[in-house]
Amino acid sequence: MALSRPSQRPLQAYNRPLHQFAIFTGAATLALIFIGGLVTSTGSGLAVPDWPTTYGRFMFAFPLADMVGGILYEHGHRLIASLVGLLVVVLALWLWRSEQRPWVRSLGWVALGAVVLQGTLGGVTVLLLLPTPVSVLHATLAQTFFLMVIALAYATSREFVTPDDSASLPAGMPVLRRWITLTTAVIFLQLILGAVMRHTGSGLAFLDFPLTGGRLVPALAAPAVTALNEQRAALQMSSVTVGQLAINVAHRLGALAVTLTLVVTAVKTWRLGGLPRGLNAMAGTLLALLGAQIALGAATVLSLKQPFVTTAHVATGAALLGLSFLFTLRVYRYCPPWPARETPTALAPIAANLQGRAA
Amino acid sequence: MNTFMLRLTMILLVAFTGQLAYAGGSIKGTIKFEGRGPKPRAIRMGADPVCASQHAEPAYSQAVVINANATLKNVLVSIESGLTGKSFPVPEEPVVLIQQGCLYDPHVWGVRAGQEVEIRNSDPTLHNIHSLSKVNSPFNFAMPKIVKLKKHTFKKAEDVFKIKCDVHPWMSTYVGVFDHPFFAVSNDTGSFELADVPAGTYTVRAWHESKRLPAQTMTITVSDGETATADFTFKGPKPKSK
Repeated sequence: MALSRPSQRPLQAYNRPLHQFAIFTGAATLALIFIGGLVTSTGSGLAVPDWPTTYGRFMFAFPLADMVGGILYEHGHRLIASLVGLLVVVLALWLWRSEQRPWVRSLGWVALGAVVLQGTLGGVTVLLLLPTPVSVLHATLAQTFFLMVIALAYATSREFVTPDDSASLPAGMPVLRRWITLTTAVIFLQLILGAVMRHTGSGLAFLDFPLTGGRLVPALAAPAVTALNEQRAALQMSSVTVGQLAINVAHRLGALAVTLTLVVTAVKTWRLGGLPRGLNAMAGTLLALLGAQIALGAATVLSLKQPFVTTAHVATGAALLGLSFLFTLRVYRYCPPWPARETPTALAPIAANLQGRAA
Repeated sequence: MNTFMLRLTMILLVAFTGQLAYAGGSIKGTIKFEGRGPKPRAIRMGADPVCASQHAEPAYSQAVVINANATLKNVLVSIESGLTGKSFPVPEEPVVLIQQGCLYDPHVWGVRAGQEVEIRNSDPTLHNIHSLSKVNSPFNFAMPKIVKLKKHTFKKAEDVFKIKCDVHPWMSTYVGVFDHPFFAVSNDTGSFELADVPAGTYTVRAWHESKRLPAQTMTITVSDGETATADFTFKGPKPKSK
């Protein structure tokens, strides 16, 4: 049995340059997440002690020749963050000027507010010497902001504005919608756990993978922790607490949960026929990213957190979240959980006009 | 009479101050090292060409320095307990910490709580000074090239903690803050001396930054005018059999 596609007449013409600009902003945000990850991975978060100035200078007047050591990462992060902030200002203004849908305009302003808040959090965490809650919030907001930009990029896409509603959808679409929603939520929680792990110094609490402390089921009792810390001392590594071990275990279990939900989602996607174009390929890409992410997670542990490997793990996690979120948005677009709204009669002529222009 | 009293006073004063100078004894010792030490590790300073250009020869890590006479350098020795109820004036002259060649000098040091620390930047590059103290407020401030001197005072006694530069990740120094003057760092011959220690029985502690060389303590009794010996032995991994 097939579902009929919702009849959603557009109130907005497809604006290709705007859509491409939103995609570019999303790509720049992903790059920013990578650079931000590099700051933490290289331990450079406090290489520039002041904010918003850099060594007492106006940020953009800081000499390139002085961007050495940890300053290269921290100041570079601030510069690219400023660029992303500028892109979001342009995006929000562009949406405000050209967008008909109030919620899209609003989302543009929310994204702008988020990027301002994100910059402020970045400054605050430097001035307060990287307190864990602020740093975790900074990392979490980075991912959330990335999702906002993806939502804006999708909302301005041709598919969203003028969906192909000529064919019917498979009956299993609502089930797929539930699974992809769950998958995206689990990935998001896993990234928060990852941020907690990084900012509590728990990433190398266990030094092996896939085993944890030489065991399939990790031991967290006091004697086991003492033995582990003796091994760490012999390796010139600082001791760890039960809390750090528990956080590490939680992140590993989180990886398992992501794997399970994502595999189920991919299998359900491939079993359904007649899905909108590209969803099958997206499911495959998600699985490929998951494989890369698990490999990078293992490499992060086994390389003792080599900065670029660790940062690639962070950025791939963000890419996985972003793609899963986009998949979710697409499924919701075609199969919303709420009844499709008809275009209000009074707006019908405008809608028809816009649709005509889009065509 | 007046002249007699004056002379008597002078004699008593000299005798008293002389007694003060000879009050207590000292603790001397050597930090021996047994086993296999790490090979000297050259620091890669490529991240900042200015740092690299400061060294004609490679600079080596100060983390574990084993002297030619099989002793250990940079061990902070101090009286850990036994001084309860005694107070000692805080020196007015500051302790100096220099950043030179993108390294800290000294690498391990002690300072009195309330004593001023002068932090100097002799490098033609910028540093940040990031203290990881927990009892004293942690701090992180900038030392651009033009700022050659900063002053700071640790107000409370605190066990050894790290101060580092986040611009140059290899730069770190370790400091203990004491509420007494009886601390010293082992030198190029592994020896140290705690001078003018009041007579009494003390726990003396020897601390090294390596996590493989945990701190050691020893009970020492000091008598007036005498020198007590406190030799410590730190053991590294056993030498590889040939």
